[in-house]
Amino acid sequence: MKGKLNELTKGILKENPVFVLVLGLCPVLGVSSQVSNALGMSIAVLFVLTFSNIIISLLRKVIPASIHIPAYIVVIASLVTITEMVMHAFAPSIYSSLGVFLPLIVVNCIILGRAEAFASKNTVFDSILDAVGMALGFALSITLIALIRELMGAGTITLFAVGDFSGVITIPWFIDNPIRVMSLAPGALLIMGYLKAFFDFTASRKKDR
Amino acid sequence: MSYIAIILTFVFINNFILVQFLGLCPFIGVSKNSENAIGMGASVTFVMTVASVVTWAIYYFLLVPFSLQYLQTLTFILVIASLVQLLEMVIQKISPSLYKALGIYLPLITTNCAVLGVAIINISNSYNVMEAFTGGIAAGLGFTLAIVLMSNIRERLELQPVQRVFKGVPIAFISAGLMALSFMAFDRSLLTNLHLV
Repeated sequence: MKGKLNELTKGILKENPVFVLVLGLCPVLGVSSQVSNALGMSIAVLFVLTFSNIIISLLRKVIPASIHIPAYIVVIASLVTITEMVMHAFAPSIYSSLGVFLPLIVVNCIILGRAEAFASKNTVFDSILDAVGMALGFALSITLIALIRELMGAGTITLFAVGDFSGVITIPWFIDNPIRVMSLAPGALLIMGYLKAFFDFTASRKKDR
Repeated sequence: MSYIAIILTFVFINNFILVQFLGLCPFIGVSKNSENAIGMGASVTFVMTVASVVTWAIYYFLLVPFSLQYLQTLTFILVIASLVQLLEMVIQKISPSLYKALGIYLPLITTNCAVLGVAIINISNSYNVMEAFTGGIAAGLGFTLAIVLMSNIRERLELQPVQRVFKGVPIAFISAGLMALSFMAFDRSLLTNLHLV
């Protein structure tokens, strides 16, 4: 059982796709200017990654080795098209703010990477655990970056509007002293650099011990 | 929109790497020395230009007449993947020396989101075929500019005393952030001042 749990948790910290493996960076930096966009992207990636791992794991004995990459791309692209259409219908505001990054999930290295490295060799159940773990790791990283960027850049935290709650939480002091550049392109790269350094630092500390 | 305006927009105002964050993986991965960066930039520019025109033609001659626009993502990625394969074979046959220079980068380009990105952006801006062609070249030039500048910075960083935890990827991101800061000097007012819009 411990081994199964490890499949799930390894994606969150030890093999975090963003900070440790440095994969799938484009959406992480591109849509992390607001927390709500980051959450929308996380849900899309969770859906595509889980189902692509399930389908590829089911078909792993059927797909011939010589054309496995094109076959994976077709599976992933179909799932992305489904996600796009569902989001367009039910969450049009997130659909438009994710923009070009939603179809670009197709070329996200995390998804093709997990299909190639894990789902093509393991059982369906293990592949689901792996996909959920990796997607959670991705979601935590992108939300962390979005939280920092939105807090410093605008002084707000934007979530989804539910009932009376408008979805925007304003943070005192930060709202009066926004560092605008943090919500723009340079802020994303700077924060990514510092967070990566921080993760490397904690990892090396652990290794020394 | 005039062609000069498209070029200025794709190279400076909406630089693919530093402003739109498309194609970051090769930007960080292949920018350790300037020779590789130039090779990668040239290959990406070439593939982007061809891919822009081919995906434009497929969209307007195949998908629109049969109202299959929702298959855009699926079709484009397959077209780009087979196109890269085809280009690899053609270059190998016609010019072995060019193949030697670009060959190792070509397989990496299939999963480069900048190529699929430019195809999708061309369609969503409803460009005509010449504008899509210009967009492809200009996006590739913007990519090359950013990756070549970055590789020069990283070559110099090798010789600098950088804190151990910042070595490699973290300092690359921070330098890219400072570069993006300087690219903020270019915005839409550049086009207005040049009387292009």
